[in-house]
Amino acid sequence: MSGGKGIKVEGLKKRYGSGETAVDALKGVDMVVSPGEVVGLIGPSGSGKSTLLKCLGAVIEPTAGKMTIGDEVIYDGGWKIKDLRTLRRDKIGFIFQAPYLIPFLDGTDNVALLPMLAGKPNSEARERARELLKALDVIHRADAMPSELSGGEQQRISIARALANQPPVILADEPTAPLDSERAMSVIRILNEMAKQFETAIIVVTHDEKIIPTFRRIYHIRDGHTVEEAGEGRSTEVNEDGRILALSK
Amino acid sequence: MISLAGRDILHGWGKFVLTGFGLGLLIGVTLTMGGVYRGMVDDAKVLLDNSGADLWVVQQDTLGPYAESSSIYDDLWRSVAGMRGVDAAANVTYLTTQVRRGEEDVRAMIVGVEPGTLGEPGQPRYLVEGRHIARSHYEAVADEASGFRLGDSIGIRRNNYQVVGITRRMVSSGGDPMIFIPLKDAQEAQFLKDNDSILTQRRRTAANPSLNRPGIPGLLESVLASQTGNSTVNAVLVRLAPGADPEETAEHIRRWKRHEVYTRVQMEEILLGKLIATSSRQIGMFLVILAIVSAAIVAFIIYTLTMGKIREIAVLKLIGTKNRTIVGMILQQALGLGVLGFMIGKISATLWVPIFPKYVLLEGRDSVTGFIAVMIMCVLSSILAIRVALKVDPAEAIGG
Repeated sequence: MSGGKGIKVEGLKKRYGSGETAVDALKGVDMVVSPGEVVGLIGPSGSGKSTLLKCLGAVIEPTAGKMTIGDEVIYDGGWKIKDLRTLRRDKIGFIFQAPYLIPFLDGTDNVALLPMLAGKPNSEARERARELLKALDVIHRADAMPSELSGGEQQRISIARALANQPPVILADEPTAPLDSERAMSVIRILNEMAKQFETAIIVVTHDEKIIPTFRRIYHIRDGHTVEEAGEGRSTEVNEDGRILALSK
Repeated sequence: MISLAGRDILHGWGKFVLTGFGLGLLIGVTLTMGGVYRGMVDDAKVLLDNSGADLWVVQQDTLGPYAESSSIYDDLWRSVAGMRGVDAAANVTYLTTQVRRGEEDVRAMIVGVEPGTLGEPGQPRYLVEGRHIARSHYEAVADEASGFRLGDSIGIRRNNYQVVGITRRMVSSGGDPMIFIPLKDAQEAQFLKDNDSILTQRRRTAANPSLNRPGIPGLLESVLASQTGNSTVNAVLVRLAPGADPEETAEHIRRWKRHEVYTRVQMEEILLGKLIATSSRQIGMFLVILAIVSAAIVAFIIYTLTMGKIREIAVLKLIGTKNRTIVGMILQQALGLGVLGFMIGKISATLWVPIFPKYVLLEGRDSVTGFIAVMIMCVLSSILAIRVALKVDPAEAIGG
């Protein structure tokens, strides 16, 4: 792990229930994602992907193991940080299967909401939001309400929202599921660019076979364990309209 | 920090305004019901104020003259007027009946007063048009709410009266407008029998051997004469001399005249505590029901609005929004709905109150109380929605 950022997971376990009915969803997950890196997390249904994502996102408490974000140990047999809400707000960005934008906020405010929640003045938060929307090429839709945006535009704004507080880690849960191939590739390209630009470690949970070849590293989760595999790591070349020009090594 | 509640309201303003409008009409009805009660109380107080009396002398063991019928002799006032602590005393009769205005009937309280005794108890306090009753018969002063105008003819029983004066806010405790006519006419109107009844009574008296004895000439005529006249009134209104103690004077009249005497405080208690008590309870029940219905509507709307945002609330929680921000959003929406509803309710009530047939008094303090009650109701109504929102698991935003 470089630059003191990224995320490191060691022997992470999660058990649901107790006694004879207990289920071990995670049996010792190890994972390291460096800043600027986008890794895939794949596995069959029920393999523990969502459980791992929830543990990494500090939404549910693991049973054992250790998690470090940047230089800070956040879990080591118990939460080391009291305020998980603030941890999620400042250290972890989320991208969901559906964009889940707040329907009553326009594009700018959907992104600016996070810095505002972190206590940034409205003007500063909006400035930051507009910078991100510009970087993601949706600045022209900044004032549009979510209902007026296309699926691709919504997903870009949700990516901008995840980046708004410059978190060291972004967790993306099936971010390309509702998109067609071209838009899916466009999202992956954007994630790669943003990871590099903002030195962010991005974990993408996916079933989407068309994007799996784009990861350089893939964590395959099986029976509650992760197995690291080298991905094909082909980069996508996409034109300004998001159309794939090439998928190459 | 932007106002999430404000943005949500602006985003779905149509639904919010329509809901607020519906709630507002309900609040308007609630305010009006309160106003109806205030109007009844005010009518009762105005009745006492406008009578100009400090004491009411009525038939023994009755709550007259407003709550029960009372009948006392019309010469009682002379002896009362001469008693210690009494400045003035006057006979008065009250009769609530239908009077004729052209082709239609008007419900009114007929008040019989001595003509030409301006300033005496029982007289109309002031006129807005015309003059007071000056003749002994067939003149009337009407409250403007009766719909009569100067020169109109009022049909009361078999006689017609000409309106010579118009007064204002002279109403019975039931809100019926008062019509003042000369005392003699009022006594006649109160006890007047139809011709057939008079003939029947005369025949029955003549057939009664004890009232028509042979050998006693003039007895039957005397008895019949006593039956035709009416020498009773409903009450004697007493104005106290400056500095006189009402209780003491009342007790004095009770002891020496052997009549029931009520002070202003007692009469107010009779009117408010007995005469309109049932109506007050009825209105109170309506107010409670309307408050519950309003609260249920607010609770339902806020709950529905919140349930429609469960996924957004999960996302907000996941990205680090504090519970108090989410609670604040729901509360602000509930309070916003309450403020909008109250404004619409207040405006509606103010607009429709003048067309109500009875006096409706919208008091400022009731509006303030109503506003506070609506705000409390909105806060309480949002508790269910807040509970649901607080229970939302941020993990719901993540699939799986």
